[in-house]
Amino acid sequence: MRVAVPVFPGSNCDHDMVNALVDVLKVDAVLIPATETALTGFDAVILPGGFSYGDYLRSGAIARFAPIMQAVQAFAAAGKPVMGICNGFQVLTEAGLLPGALQANRSSKFICQTSELIVTNNQTRFSRAYAPQAHIQLPIAHGEGNYYCDDATLAELRANHQIVFEYADNPNGSTANIAGITNKAGNVLGMMPHPERAVETILGSTDGLGIFQSLIAHAQEVSHA
Amino acid sequence: MLKQTELTPSELRDSKAYRDWGLTDEEFQMISEKVLGRLPNYTEAGLFSGMWSEHCSYKNSKPVLKKFWTQGEQVLEGPGEGAGIIDIGDGQAVVFKAESHNHPSAVEPYEGAATGVGGIIRDIFSMGARPIALLDSLRFGEPDDAHTKYLISQVVAGIGGYGNCIGIPTIGGDTVFDACYQKNPLVNAMCVGILNQADIQKGQATGVGNSVIYVGAKTGRDGINGASFASAEFNDAKDTQRSAVQVGDPFMEKLLMEACLEVIHDHRDVLIGIQDMGAAGLVSSSAEMASKAGSGLELNLDLVPQRETGMTPFELMLSESQERMLLCVKAGAEAEIYQVFEKYGLDAVTIGKVTAGHQYQLFHHGKLVADVPVDALATKAPVYYREKKRPSRLNHQSHHQFMPRIVDATGTFKQLLQQPTIASKRSLYETYDSQVQTNTVVKPGSDAGVIRIRHTDKALAVTTDVNGRYLYLNPRVGGEIAVAEAARNIVASGGQPLGITDCLNYGNPEKPEQFYDLDESAMGIARACQLFNTPVISGNVSLNNESNGEAIYPTPMIGMVGLIKHQKDITTQDFKHAGDAVYVLGETGSDFNGTELQKMLTGEIAGELFEFDLVTENQNQRLLLRAIQKGLVASAHDVSEGGLIVTIAESCFGNGFGVNLKSTLPSVDFFSETQSRFVVSVTPEHQAAFEQLMEPYATYLGQTTADDRLLVTTADQPFDVPVSFAKQLWEGALACRLK
Repeated sequence: MRVAVPVFPGSNCDHDMVNALVDVLKVDAVLIPATETALTGFDAVILPGGFSYGDYLRSGAIARFAPIMQAVQAFAAAGKPVMGICNGFQVLTEAGLLPGALQANRSSKFICQTSELIVTNNQTRFSRAYAPQAHIQLPIAHGEGNYYCDDATLAELRANHQIVFEYADNPNGSTANIAGITNKAGNVLGMMPHPERAVETILGSTDGLGIFQSLIAHAQEVSHA
Repeated sequence: MLKQTELTPSELRDSKAYRDWGLTDEEFQMISEKVLGRLPNYTEAGLFSGMWSEHCSYKNSKPVLKKFWTQGEQVLEGPGEGAGIIDIGDGQAVVFKAESHNHPSAVEPYEGAATGVGGIIRDIFSMGARPIALLDSLRFGEPDDAHTKYLISQVVAGIGGYGNCIGIPTIGGDTVFDACYQKNPLVNAMCVGILNQADIQKGQATGVGNSVIYVGAKTGRDGINGASFASAEFNDAKDTQRSAVQVGDPFMEKLLMEACLEVIHDHRDVLIGIQDMGAAGLVSSSAEMASKAGSGLELNLDLVPQRETGMTPFELMLSESQERMLLCVKAGAEAEIYQVFEKYGLDAVTIGKVTAGHQYQLFHHGKLVADVPVDALATKAPVYYREKKRPSRLNHQSHHQFMPRIVDATGTFKQLLQQPTIASKRSLYETYDSQVQTNTVVKPGSDAGVIRIRHTDKALAVTTDVNGRYLYLNPRVGGEIAVAEAARNIVASGGQPLGITDCLNYGNPEKPEQFYDLDESAMGIARACQLFNTPVISGNVSLNNESNGEAIYPTPMIGMVGLIKHQKDITTQDFKHAGDAVYVLGETGSDFNGTELQKMLTGEIAGELFEFDLVTENQNQRLLLRAIQKGLVASAHDVSEGGLIVTIAESCFGNGFGVNLKSTLPSVDFFSETQSRFVVSVTPEHQAAFEQLMEPYATYLGQTTADDRLLVTTADQPFDVPVSFAKQLWEGALACRLK
């Protein structure tokens, strides 16, 4: 599997993602500038965390216009896996690849802590390595992680089993405790917590491994099919 | 806003307007008669005011700083450059420095703190290092009045706003509250970077004809003459000083950092030198680069990227607009450098060149507007040997230790846990991203922050410490203790102390009693550094921390870095299992002057400071480090403010274990702040080996338990409280006070 990690000006979890994929999961992963216009040869795209374009205007609002995003749109439309972590999730909602929006945390403060999540749907290509309703510990670090969507959208998310991760102890005020969702087709995942920060025992948790392992297992099935 | 009409040289002399910039009559006279042999023009006088400020020239503190021990075989670069560098083996090195932003933070707390962080980050990457950790040492007044709460929330937001965005983890620091800081808070930021020794850069401009390139943000009218402002004493009219505070843009700095590191790594052959435009902006960076290299310099100010129109040479040279760097590049290689910055969307403009001779010449609109010897600016500021007088407060101290009467030991303990200085700082540090870069092994809230060095078995432990109350009672011993406590925190984390940086925060050095504090504590710091083999490799001085004539406690913040040779040695303060043996390493005395308990019970800090022995301290630290390296220690926690009982409680809190301990000490001694002690837990299998190694310095106290109960039986009344309840008090107290 070959993974592209687009780097927007202001991305700051880009190297962390590549390190997790290459050093720990032994996957081929590379940084590509947001000025690129093609994603040829990649099996998955992961938009990293950070403060793309300084989060000016609104987090993710400028990044959605970066040249690479057209390629990401096409990549997603082709049914290939796209993940957005933290700022990456914000970019995906701004780009319309995922429903809803991320607003300022209820406390109006940035929060960096370990959050307990419940894997509410372990039937996606991003979460199959987890047991049903598994409780996992993942770090969060965001100022605007408060997921919002209207009631109709929420009903749709529920009906289509698009909610993948919920907070056990909602730290930011998210609607329905939502921490991560997929699109309707199930090939685009956005989540505020940082799985790439939870892949080594020395850093305190390995609960993030499951997401990458699920993705890798799915990619192998696709290539063998 | 500064006045736009510039005085003529004689008008400047007669009106003495230079006094507003911090120049004294004697200094102005020295510039006129000895340096230039003529009156300086408006611009030139401005250059001198910035460069001869305490912040840039250390004119008041130089004789003191000379006392510091800066040697040591591990030192690759001592004080003088942007930051100091220490060898950590395998061709790698650690770079670190701390800087104060006290005055800016007092008038504009968010931007003051944010730009303090931004500035120290630039000092680190200008050396060629990638910044890997930030720490913040903060001092505020008691968190009761609305203004103090505002300062706290804005300073903390500013630190987080900058560090979180640029993507450098904030992994530690310390926050203390005391009335003496109410009008003069301290905001000291420390940054740590790592580099390959081959990439070490210097801020120098050599080679006649080589280009001086300005990169980064455009220059505006913010922070003009900020260095002079920072070096002055406060008065209540300070609201007029807000325009002397800079405004930060961490996104810009992120781009600037990546671009500069790319130039340093990939264009090393054409890069001669690189320096941050920090205090005193363009004049300081350019004059220092030329002076260090023994070169002359000429700059064409029309070429400086400008954010505002009609800026004068004075404003351009003394602006402290943020996120700017100065590069010296081989003539002919400019385009190669421009290309890198263009990729990041940043300005990069050649604004001048290195010249033969030693003059510093500025051109503006085709006219020569300043022509002064470069060394006069950079190295020839006068040095003042200030008068020193033992403060009267030390002459009237009680020789007796405060003897608290404890009626209810558990009740006093619970009250102590809720004191702002003791209570958990989680509500503050939780707003900092402590994990970005995915190297943070020990997060904030422990004795020291620990970051692993990727692709090696090594890690670094980092801490900031100083207890100003001890220095208030005895500046020299307090200075020794500041270094000792920092080292204790490093050792408790499994590290070997390597070196220190400092922020020397004091009152007005022109007052002999204030200068005494500075000079005496420097001697204490120097002695301790030599004993611990932790040279001073960088630092900063912040004087005139006074408000309406009242000085802060002498507060020399010590930032220490230690090397953990093997990641298996990383140790935290939390008890790890039930059934482990608990020991206190070091003797406990009845030492109460300067303690948190004295403050809580009497509302003041008074009396002679208790005894402290550096040799005992060093011996106990070495013992503990040996035990850790032998794999005998499950947890270790240094005993500091609040004494033994607070230390034990904090070790319980992390993983929710209880303790059942028994001591022959009276309960009151559990609040004593005798130095040189650790609380250590040991698994049963290592108990015999541990005791053999520690004999007779460690005292067995009892065991950890799986119960929700902290029980310590003493010679009189016991401490007995549910761990979860004590933790709730400790965790909730500060957040509650700040609401």
